[in-house]
Amino acid sequence: MEHIVIIGNGISGVTAARHIRKLSDKRITIVSAETDYFFSRTALMYVYMGHMKFEHTKPYENWFWKKNRIELVKGFVKNIESNSKKLHFSDGRILSYDKLIIATGSKPNKFGWPGQDLDGVMGMYHKQDLDNLEKFAPNNKVCNRAVIVGGGLIGIELAEMLHSRHIPVTFLVRESSFWNGVLPKEESEMINREILKSGIDLRLNVNLKEIKSNENGTVKSIVITETGEEIACNVVGLTAGVSPNINFLKGSSIELGRGVKVNRFLETNINDVYAIGDCAEQHEAIDQRRPVEAVWYTGRMMGETVAQTICGNRIEYKPGHWFNSAKFMDIEYQTYGWVWSKPKENEARFYWEHESAKKCIHINYDKKTFEFIGINTFGIRMRHEFFDKILTEKRSIEYVLEHLADANFDPEFYKLHETKIVAKFNKENNTDIQLKKKNWKRIFSKA
Amino acid sequence: MKIIKKSGLLLFLIGLALFIGTIFTGTFSLNQSELDDFVKEKGYKSEIIKVELEKAIVTTEDLNIFKFSSRIRNAYKTSNDYYEALIAKYDAEKNWDKKGEQYQYKIYGKPHSLSFTLAKKAGKGLVVENTGLLWFLTFGLGIIGALMFIIPDVVLLGKPGIKNDGIFLNTATNRGWIGWSAFIFLVSFYILLYFYPDLIVNWVYLVDPISESISGNPASQWFLYGFLYCVVMTVMAVRMYIKYRHNKYQILRTTSVLFFQIVFAFLIPEILVRFEKPWYDFKNAFPLDYDFFFKWNLDELLSSGGFGLFILVWGIVLTIIIVPIMVYFFGKRWYCSWVCGCGGLAETLGDPYRQLSSKTLLSWRVERIVIHSVLIFVLVMTGFALYTFFYGADQVLGIKTQTIQDIYGFLIGSIFAGVIGTGFYPIFGNRVWCRFGCPLAAYLGFIQRFKSRFRITTNGGQCISCGNCSTYCEQGIDVRAYAQKGENIVRSSCVGCGICSAVCPRGVLKLENGPEKGRINPTDILLGNDVNLMELVNNK
Repeated sequence: MEHIVIIGNGISGVTAARHIRKLSDKRITIVSAETDYFFSRTALMYVYMGHMKFEHTKPYENWFWKKNRIELVKGFVKNIESNSKKLHFSDGRILSYDKLIIATGSKPNKFGWPGQDLDGVMGMYHKQDLDNLEKFAPNNKVCNRAVIVGGGLIGIELAEMLHSRHIPVTFLVRESSFWNGVLPKEESEMINREILKSGIDLRLNVNLKEIKSNENGTVKSIVITETGEEIACNVVGLTAGVSPNINFLKGSSIELGRGVKVNRFLETNINDVYAIGDCAEQHEAIDQRRPVEAVWYTGRMMGETVAQTICGNRIEYKPGHWFNSAKFMDIEYQTYGWVWSKPKENEARFYWEHESAKKCIHINYDKKTFEFIGINTFGIRMRHEFFDKILTEKRSIEYVLEHLADANFDPEFYKLHETKIVAKFNKENNTDIQLKKKNWKRIFSKA
Repeated sequence: MKIIKKSGLLLFLIGLALFIGTIFTGTFSLNQSELDDFVKEKGYKSEIIKVELEKAIVTTEDLNIFKFSSRIRNAYKTSNDYYEALIAKYDAEKNWDKKGEQYQYKIYGKPHSLSFTLAKKAGKGLVVENTGLLWFLTFGLGIIGALMFIIPDVVLLGKPGIKNDGIFLNTATNRGWIGWSAFIFLVSFYILLYFYPDLIVNWVYLVDPISESISGNPASQWFLYGFLYCVVMTVMAVRMYIKYRHNKYQILRTTSVLFFQIVFAFLIPEILVRFEKPWYDFKNAFPLDYDFFFKWNLDELLSSGGFGLFILVWGIVLTIIIVPIMVYFFGKRWYCSWVCGCGGLAETLGDPYRQLSSKTLLSWRVERIVIHSVLIFVLVMTGFALYTFFYGADQVLGIKTQTIQDIYGFLIGSIFAGVIGTGFYPIFGNRVWCRFGCPLAAYLGFIQRFKSRFRITTNGGQCISCGNCSTYCEQGIDVRAYAQKGENIVRSSCVGCGICSAVCPRGVLKLENGPEKGRINPTDILLGNDVNLMELVNNK
């Protein structure tokens, strides 16, 4: 029986395993050095915050794996011998495979800061980071202040985590406004305000110069490059992005770039070796996506796709329209299609903000054709299916605004803002768009 | 703010301690004429009970409730033992006439209930003489303290939004020692209420003035329970309003359950009694209202004229027509988390414990077996009751209707719904009864699963499998298992509380009513992936 070995038990590897099992009777083994069982990385923050216990982060009960004949091996793969199709573990064990899927995910970036390996310095990515945080920042007595370096999604989550235990946080962001490489100015500033209102000491336009140690080799303080200011702290969170976790592949014959180089079929340069998820790097970026996409659902989709290929239905990885979501403290964010931080030449924008300054929508559309390109929505939930269909059908912004009631996905009885949104657009553009009533038939009709 | 919160807790605990303390206060005795009145009113023919009760409680001794109760139960036992001995004797002698005669002297009823009735007439001392003051020191301090503990959260919890910080780090909500203490308290309370009402007669005295002002009658232990229920729900509803102030669905739902509890379950029935109508809760549908078709209830309704008949028709229409139609349009949530009293308590007092429900596949299996067994039990029992009512036979197939009714009342009505259903909140989550026991929920569940417009829509491919939804599902549904597959949640047990949708950090879940077509949508590949692949896999 063909033996499929998957390195990494994150969402990509586990999805691949599940789908291979659905499609075939092959022997499947998942190797992980991190945890015995699959857990949801995105939920680690909620364990620290006390919303959940670690066991709640596991999407499948422990019996699931045996029942589905998915073997789990705990160990660290040191290198891959692709000629003889063998994996060597750091403890000397050897595992043979017929087909190999590399799904080892990411690791937090470190940019060679002095002191970056001290005790009390950590990323927020692995289960071990959570354990570390629990050790160095269990409360505000042990940790009087934490400094977070890097203003992305993980950074703000870590800030929220520490804040939940009343630990004072200084948040160092290199950019002039939070995540403004991705978010347009308006949204980015809204999040700046949200961070400050939560009582987090947000510092924009600053870089980390060094992390200083006390006599025990643990963090004592950090120094800011621009001002030379030294901030005393007990924990430093490094959240300046992630990069593919592929160190163990260096020296193997597998082609590497930033990640494991793959073609559209998620195949590497070596026969029978595939790479999926955060660690995979497309030779050519797909549409407007990045060559390395460290997003939960892309990992899942690559798992779904590679399972087909491995089970005899060789198929290209073809992600559909871009979408994503996040939550910044109390503000939920969803995006469908593309809304760049700055409009491209052919693009125009429509922005509406609620008077609470906690909700907004930002629509990107084509200046000339009025074709809808994308939407950012903050504090208002929208229907994925609606926008997926809109993008496939290449509808106009007028169509989107007319059908905003169909798009809304807020819980029942929520105050709706569609009338005001449409009125604002009409006023700004001298149009006469009339809001249509919500229609179930439209909502459920397929593209 | 923290000081207010802490002093609130202190006041609450003082109130609680005094409340428990009142059990041990007061003395209980009757004088001769009071006892004579009682015996006459009850129509006891036994000579022995008169003498025994006189010996027991017509006294100048200071009897506390425990001694009083034990003496009364002894008196009844002595009397009944005496006549049972005679019955046995005549039985042996085959003297049937004499044997038959003895039965009229036997006294039926639960000893603790008989003792409660007397204790309610016999109380003297602290509580009886200072009802108002003591009410303030127990209920009053409890309410004020609890509100002082809860209201500062407006500030302390920070901005509106989901505030579940520290729930699993707190011993009150993670099955720690405070949780276990609450468990012991609640279980003891229900055991006392159902089986030893005489021991908590002082609590009933506390609410006598309130009962008299509403129904004109002194309070029973059930009035105490109803009043306490409303008070607890109101105070804990304030907590809900603060915790979910950003979520209008939760605000409206909380208001609705509170309204139906206070008006329908508490005020209207008591006011009906004032007008000498039968006590009836218009929203309590059979088979949750399991004794609706019992002979005594039907007899009472039929003898109450047009109004009784109206109740009878309403009760039947409610179960057979209104309930299923509403479930078709809105899901069973319209009842379970918007109207029902059990649901109301679960959603207010029980909200802090919702995360403790078990999500395992095993518990789902157990749930389906147990809840459907209860449904079958209640239906069989009702069959017996109706047979008895129409044909007058007190037994069917050699089994006494009364026996079945007693077993159901004890096992399901008291132990399951009360002691376990609420007592186990701090251990197994707040919907133990609704999930594993309620026969009405089982009935609504069938309709919700097979013929309803209600579903929880999963928002395409946005789920990140974080598990907040499953963790906070009070019914123990593994919501995530559906959401991460892009599949709508259509489950018979879902009571539509809406918390999964509220706690979702990515806006994935929405409770909604829509066309039946496409409601159940099993998928293998989620929205967002290659369209051809989705079609290939999902349309197979």
